[in-house]
Amino acid sequence: MCLGIPGEVIELMADHDDLAMVSVEGVKRAVNIGLLSDEELVPGDWILIHVGFALSKIDEAEAKASLDFLTGLGDAYTDELEALAASDIT
Amino acid sequence: MKFVDEFRDAGMARTLATQIAALCEPGRHYKFMEVCGGHTHTIYKHGLEDYLPETVSLVHGPGCPVCVIPMGRVDDAIDIAERDDVILTSFGDMMRVPGGRGSFFDSKAAGADIRMVYSPLDALKIAHKNPDKRVVFLAIGFETTAPSTAMTVLRAAAQGVENFSIFCNHVTIIPAIKAILDSPDLRLDGFIGPGHVSTVIGCRPYEWIARDAGKPLVCAGFEPLDILQSVYQLLRQLKEGRCEVENQYARVVPWNGNPRALQVIGEVMELRPHFEWRGLGFISQSALQVREKYAAFDAERIFAVPGVRVADPKACQCGEVLKGVLKPWECKVFGTARTPETPIGTCMVSSEGACAAYYNFGRFSRERVKEATRA
Repeated sequence: MCLGIPGEVIELMADHDDLAMVSVEGVKRAVNIGLLSDEELVPGDWILIHVGFALSKIDEAEAKASLDFLTGLGDAYTDELEALAASDIT
Repeated sequence: MKFVDEFRDAGMARTLATQIAALCEPGRHYKFMEVCGGHTHTIYKHGLEDYLPETVSLVHGPGCPVCVIPMGRVDDAIDIAERDDVILTSFGDMMRVPGGRGSFFDSKAAGADIRMVYSPLDALKIAHKNPDKRVVFLAIGFETTAPSTAMTVLRAAAQGVENFSIFCNHVTIIPAIKAILDSPDLRLDGFIGPGHVSTVIGCRPYEWIARDAGKPLVCAGFEPLDILQSVYQLLRQLKEGRCEVENQYARVVPWNGNPRALQVIGEVMELRPHFEWRGLGFISQSALQVREKYAAFDAERIFAVPGVRVADPKACQCGEVLKGVLKPWECKVFGTARTPETPIGTCMVSSEGACAAYYNFGRFSRERVKEATRA
């Protein structure tokens, strides 16, 4: 019940202004988008679905920023290892 | 799946683990509470404690809405369900939660019409299809689910549906965190803040925790790297002498939350003066009730429920588990009298309950701890 599931907006349903057809792991489902009425969703947007309602639009730029941070941590670690390997304090 | 697989990379988790270890000061122990049951589930499913140094411990908080429902409310719901003209609808998580007189499953077996639904909108549909029945939706959850319930009530009102109501048990997260901070038995170094609750309320409501209570808080996502990154951010704040609210889950959580969702909650619901939490007792202004304006959709007004307070079972130590004072395996009945099939308390029922998470994913660790204790 508390789990949020990400899904991709396929189309906004013309006959229901608060519903969108959303693809969730390849399965199409109607999802209520009334809680995102300020967001102006378009096909291709990713949303977080919770008990049949889209609760949040997933921000791709923020997702990328998060992944870049994580990758950066990996770089810092690799750099540190390389620096250690290169050093000779004898 | 997009934004899921990327946050499950094992190599990245190991790198983060190294960075986390590097931030820990020698000889210092760190204790962080993950408030949300979804985080507890991720931690045990992916064995994240094994990625952390022994000096960093994660304690589980009260953020599982199923776990905190007191037995008396389960009994009230069953009292409603047992009326001949009622169909009670509920999320599946609640079905095995024991009340003083058994669970929804027990009541269903005895003849009550209790149905599991995925969404409150499914419950409204059942009301449309059964005009001769009164359909009640058992509304539970923190701010994550409250907007969905409120939207459903607004839709029922707009459609003029007369046979639909909600039995409102929505709770709010901030008073629960305050109760934890007021508890003298727990010393915490910071919080892993809720993810999906924060999509609704945003990050601002946590600012007092950093400012007044002096504890850093990082709102976190639900994938393994999200949690490890949040631990990293908490440790970095402590190392740098900062105490702030940070948003690790910015891809989903806007800093100001979802204003439309908050507006919808405020339209339909208002704060109760007080509400009982299982294991934690009564907490002031910690839950929501239906506003007078929508009284026609309020099961508490429509049905005279007994409202009897039922004491928590003595054997179960849910309160201590929900406050993070005890680890689930330290509860006297964990894994013996109490399993997900035969729960005594709620923490063992919900998949997000700390005890069920431990029982389902943490057996090895528990055995290891037992052996270590014996040694």
